[in-house]
Amino acid sequence: MPPPNIQLDDHGHLKHFLTLEGLSRELLIKILDKTEGFLGVARQAVKKVPLCRGKTVANLFFETSTRTRTTFELAAKRLSADVLTLNIAASSTSKGETLLDTLRNLEAMHVDMFVVRHAESGAAHFIAQHVAPGVSVINAGDGRHSHPTQGMLDMFTIRRHKGDFGPLTVAIVGDILHSRVARSQLAALRTLGAGEVRIIAPRTLLPAEPESLGARVFHDLRAGVRDADVVIMLRLQRERMRGAMLPSEHEYFQLFGLTEERLATAKPDAIVMHPGPINRGVEMDSQVADGPRSVILEQVSNGIAVRMAVMALCIGTQNRLAQADSHD
Amino acid sequence: MTEATPSTAPSATPSTGTAAGKATSTAASKASIIASATTAPGIPPESPPELAPAIALGNTSGIPPAIAPGLVASRVSIRHGRLIDPANGIDDLLDLHLADGKVLAVGEAPPGFEPERVLDATGQVVCPGLIDLCARLREPGQEHKGTIASETAAAAAAGITSLCCPPDTMPIIDTPAVAQLITRTAALAGKARVVPAGALTQGLAGEQLSEMATLRQAGCAVMCQAESPIINTLVLRRAMEYAATFGLTVIMRPENPFLRDNGCAHEGRVSAHLGLPGIPEAAETVALARDLEVAKQTGARVHFRALSCARSLEKLAAAQARGIAVSADVSAHQLILTEDDLEGFNSQCHLNPPLRTAADRDALREAVRTGLVTAVCSDHQPHEPDAKLAPFPSTAPGMAALETLLPLLLRLVAAGVLDLPTAIARLTCGPAAILGLPLGNLAPGRAADVCVFDPEAKWRVGPKTWLSQGRNTPFWGERFKGRVTWTLLGGQIVHERRL
Repeated sequence: MPPPNIQLDDHGHLKHFLTLEGLSRELLIKILDKTEGFLGVARQAVKKVPLCRGKTVANLFFETSTRTRTTFELAAKRLSADVLTLNIAASSTSKGETLLDTLRNLEAMHVDMFVVRHAESGAAHFIAQHVAPGVSVINAGDGRHSHPTQGMLDMFTIRRHKGDFGPLTVAIVGDILHSRVARSQLAALRTLGAGEVRIIAPRTLLPAEPESLGARVFHDLRAGVRDADVVIMLRLQRERMRGAMLPSEHEYFQLFGLTEERLATAKPDAIVMHPGPINRGVEMDSQVADGPRSVILEQVSNGIAVRMAVMALCIGTQNRLAQADSHD
Repeated sequence: MTEATPSTAPSATPSTGTAAGKATSTAASKASIIASATTAPGIPPESPPELAPAIALGNTSGIPPAIAPGLVASRVSIRHGRLIDPANGIDDLLDLHLADGKVLAVGEAPPGFEPERVLDATGQVVCPGLIDLCARLREPGQEHKGTIASETAAAAAAGITSLCCPPDTMPIIDTPAVAQLITRTAALAGKARVVPAGALTQGLAGEQLSEMATLRQAGCAVMCQAESPIINTLVLRRAMEYAATFGLTVIMRPENPFLRDNGCAHEGRVSAHLGLPGIPEAAETVALARDLEVAKQTGARVHFRALSCARSLEKLAAAQARGIAVSADVSAHQLILTEDDLEGFNSQCHLNPPLRTAADRDALREAVRTGLVTAVCSDHQPHEPDAKLAPFPSTAPGMAALETLLPLLLRLVAAGVLDLPTAIARLTCGPAAILGLPLGNLAPGRAADVCVFDPEAKWRVGPKTWLSQGRNTPFWGERFKGRVTWTLLGGQIVHERRL
């Protein structure tokens, strides 16, 4: 018996955005289409739309981040929301306050939406289960579990370059075990019906039962990227060497680092993606990262539009629910 | 010492009226007072027996006291029930007669026996009081989670008359004082016998042997390392050898701390999807394999607690086939729940050992059925609400489980997994044998610890029915069939459900 999907309201509208698992293909397409519309906002002279005017968004970053935090902040501002960004890693919790207490205090300030990044899997679910009704939670990355806006911006980037997902072969290379990005990409690719999804990593960087994530498993980079339309490289954390997951960065690059030469087996028009920040010379060569097939910087720009789309959908659901209440 | 102590069983005074056995003479009820001394055959703490051969420390007289001295032991007949006493191979419609804290007779009442109270158990099951091999009572040291009084009251309501508490209290049960504090507090509460498990190593640090013989004299029936590892295998060997010297059973919860690492869920499909750090099966089987070999080497009698996966059961069966004196239990919830219950990050299912696959659960069920596993325990771990209010990995593992122990096994009976006598055996004579105590047996002369339950009574887990201080259970709000009507401890009614 699956638990009810707490991300959706009774009509299937997006209330929270916590994970891509359990969301329908239609909803994912809707997000992608909406993103398309928001892409133009950045090119306007006045980079603002009034969809979230009068709403307050709090970015709660319990874990440090530059890219995700700033793009969420920009997305909220371009929707005309009031934005509050808190780096909690360095404040309340270090004074012993529980996550729930931090949340209650911010709730007392009548925040309409929390954007949460936390080092533990399930943190965004936990917060969504405990916020006041009418408040939305957007997961900006929880532990190893999920990073749904990253997953959607990657899907958006793929769709812009490749169109339909059906015929695509997508290869994801690197630390799948610890990667919330990979989990979100895999969930989205399953739902969107990508032709073939591959994960390529040494066994120390794969979770148990990796096939259950809906992918073919490869341990050889050349074989894994052969005829791929999309190659996604994941970031490798330095800590992995200390945890006896890998012998050295040197050997990792020798076996799993993406170079022009290894990329040659992929389709000629293959695109190369990376969620950033890149470790040049560990996950990939600078030549590849800055090369013609790299869409890494485009991913960043698309990130703002995707986050605007998700925020606008959640706030839209809030407004609908509030209206329904006032009619009662 | 005969006067003034308030009775813990107020219902014992007026004989509530089933037609059969009202009218007991007051003279007879006074006469039973003299019997009270026999209810507490435990070793008096003031006069430790001489230390020497294993027999002197043997497990024949180690029953912890049921109730504080001075309470009246009454005469009770339990009539018309289905008596299931697996230790004696009984499953029949038989009356049970109790006097002076002991079983007096099974079947016909002895001539002239006049019960003060007759319990009409028509349609109900009468069995030995349940014995729980692993229940944390949280006292001393964590009274915000539970106390001996609160948790033994919950036990009584659940038909549990004896429970063994692991030594990881604060302070740890590695001195006689802590063991005696627990047994005395439990006797004063008067709801259940509490058997403290002594720490196998001092401070559970896995370095120095504890004073096992002294702890045994203070009432510790078994020695246990709780959840703490013994990393140094030489220390493990010495601990088992020393325990074997005195015939002491050693309880181990096999877990390799390195393989467990920071895991909080079974390493498998669900942890892969939820991105939760996994605990591989090997964390259990590697430790189990080592401990089995050391048990073989030392000849110690070792009991493994809370096995969680099929591969462990294979190892256990192979060891028993080799003649190694080992036994094992499983936690009742492991027979019901699986890793799939973690979906949605349900922190009530954050347990250690973790919930594993459906195949593991089925193998555990089969092992309970065949008797490879001879005991099912609650692994009761009450928590304050805050302990479960955090992202899944940060929550405290464990569930409050005394009150679902029997109902969960009755679910398995209803599902056709176990027959009722087998289920009861795993909750009575099975664990009694592991503790080496003459409990879980309703032969005449044995302690009158009895559980009477209505297998058809329906109830819902909720604030009106729940007694444990900890409400951390994944079964909160669920409906169960089968509920305890009476619990008798040393012949005293310690729980009575108002009908």
